[in-house]
Amino acid sequence: MNQNRGDREAILGRVREALREEAPLKHPAERSAGGEPTTAHFREWLPPVGASIDERFALFAKLSESLRTELHLCADMAEVSAFIKKLAEEGNWKTIALHTGELISPLILELPPQLSPLLLQSGYDKDELEACDAGLTECDLLVAQTGSVCVTSKSAGGRVLSVLPPHHIVVARKSQLVTDLTEAYASLATKYRDAYPSMISFITGPSRTGDIERILVLGAHGPKRLTVLLLPS
Amino acid sequence: MSTIADLPRQQFQSDANRTANDAPRRAAVRRALSNYQTARDRTGATFTDWKSARASAATIKHEAVNHLDRYLEEFEQKFTARGGKVFWATDSKQARDYILNLAKEKGVRSIVKSKAMTGEEIHLNEALIKEGYAVVESDLGEYIQQLKGEPPYHFVFPCMHLRRDEISDLFHRELGTAKTDSPEELTMIARNVLRRAYVDADMGISGGNFIVADTGMISITENEGNARLTVGLPKIHVALIGIEKVVPCLADLALFLPMLATAGTGQHLTGYNSMYGGPRQPGEIDGPEEFHVVFLDNHRTRLLADPEQRDALHCIRCGACLNVCPIFKNIGGHTYGTTYQGPIGSVITPHFRGLEDWKHLSGASSLCGACTETCPVGIDIHHHLLHNRRNAAAQKPAAGEQLLWKAFSFLMKRPALYRLATKFAPLGGLLHPLVEGTAMDPVASWTATREFPAAPQGSFRERFRAHKAAKAELVKKGGVQ
Ligand code: SF4
Repeated sequence: MNQNRGDREAILGRVREALREEAPLKHPAERSAGGEPTTAHFREWLPPVGASIDERFALFAKLSESLRTELHLCADMAEVSAFIKKLAEEGNWKTIALHTGELISPLILELPPQLSPLLLQSGYDKDELEACDAGLTECDLLVAQTGSVCVTSKSAGGRVLSVLPPHHIVVARKSQLVTDLTEAYASLATKYRDAYPSMISFITGPSRTGDIERILVLGAHGPKRLTVLLLPS
Repeated sequence: MSTIADLPRQQFQSDANRTANDAPRRAAVRRALSNYQTARDRTGATFTDWKSARASAATIKHEAVNHLDRYLEEFEQKFTARGGKVFWATDSKQARDYILNLAKEKGVRSIVKSKAMTGEEIHLNEALIKEGYAVVESDLGEYIQQLKGEPPYHFVFPCMHLRRDEISDLFHRELGTAKTDSPEELTMIARNVLRRAYVDADMGISGGNFIVADTGMISITENEGNARLTVGLPKIHVALIGIEKVVPCLADLALFLPMLATAGTGQHLTGYNSMYGGPRQPGEIDGPEEFHVVFLDNHRTRLLADPEQRDALHCIRCGACLNVCPIFKNIGGHTYGTTYQGPIGSVITPHFRGLEDWKHLSGASSLCGACTETCPVGIDIHHHLLHNRRNAAAQKPAAGEQLLWKAFSFLMKRPALYRLATKFAPLGGLLHPLVEGTAMDPVASWTATREFPAAPQGSFRERFRAHKAAKAELVKKGGVQ
């Protein structure tokens, strides 16, 4: 293994030397009674969400629509299964990639016979995954303020499953909906403590680009479609 | 870009002249930026209190940058504990060499890159390609610029200056695809090429938007998902990132991510905001076996050593100051001749590459203050441009200029000599046509775009005296009551 750390000491030395003279603070921020600005304050300045679960959900639904995330409420697992079956028929899918999990595992047995599952467990063949028509994952959280789905390499079958197949389907429970990013980070910290997964990703709508004349095109690389199937709490 | 580009200033001048006269290109840039402005205004208005959010962002970056050593060490400790490697590079060459050696040592053949302005800064692609590696830029705009053999036009919107028919022609020429005027079809052409690149690459190179100290993570913001794939599929991940990009806590991103999105593109949140803390961890399904973070100094410590301008290192590279800059809109991104264009580029480039060669950038501003106003982390951009002008003036002016001022003050202190000189001024007007348009023309930069005024016949004093004499004559004749 390469133990070369480069000019570590020299750079840290230059940094310390440079910082000997203090720079003025030009924008003293609002502070809570005598303290440093805390992340709890962010909420007072960022776009408001509303206190109740209904307001939270309404905002998530509104943002999903403008982001072109397809959000569907499902009463139970049977409805989730039926919805996936419908998507598979419409899209003429042959393979769907997925991982095991509390919400996904029961669905595997219910998949339509013409749709073969590619179950990601440890290693997988990249070409095989690339050829899949859809990817089915769970997630950690949904964020009302931004309309985002938060996945991690632990909750969503690794790093790639949620971003390589052209259609990403997320199965989640309404109880996973949090207010904002501040709450999301707090919740991740409680859940993982010091053992964070190697990737945390906030997915906000299907893959998009505006690089050509700033005109929006979906599906630049990853999913052209993002579907969120939401179960009751 | 320029044909006569020897000095950065000459290149700037000639490119500025050319692009300022390219009306269709300017119209395209303005159109793209007006779409941006609408989106940004709409999203910005949803904030309860943008001003306080901005003050807080500035305060957090101030804390991070003014304790940079502590936070970099904290990051390194957390990150290496999870199996990551940190390499500290003083300059471009050291960073390039590290990445080249790594590629060689690991038997890498093909490399996929997601957007990294630091990569542009150290000319990484050229170096890798020269050593025989296949390198593909995966961000659509960067991919287009790579095919075109041109640097990015804008560090957030790399090909904003190109029209779809130009991109279609480029794809037709380079990839042999059919021509189309649909942005959607053009995007799908690139999608198909690039999907292979991710699967085949054995090294993925990314930049990074934030270094998160308390959890030892690198945060990457993108819309397309290309960075997710770049750091998900290949077996080695290298993130090349400037040392100033620190935030103290993961939770700070709850503020920075929405602000970066709003200021950068007018979105509530950019498509994918991902934090990476180490290579694939035990029990995980995929991810790289190795994750190297290359910290780049490359003269950032020089800027850090200037307390007056240190806050220029608070920049989160949202690109907002470019988008609102009247100069950028007129001269375009390539004219700057820098890695970082626009107002912030004009502030930091003289620190990174030397004030003497780059001081002309401080003049590329109307000092309207739109950049300072729009900056999400409250950097005093236009005042820093003034500071650079002041610092440049404090350096010794060029010999020719010194001589000119000496001659001027000599003349002004001697009224008789001055009067004599004004008598000869019309002579200059007579002689000017002889040299006009040639290299010897002393007022060429003036006459390139305007007429040089003819010297009046006689000075003000002469005319005043004549006028007074004529009036006295009239009074004497009793003609004036
Ligand atoms: S200086 Fe401010 S506005 Fe300009 S890119 Fe940096 S953060 Fe954005």
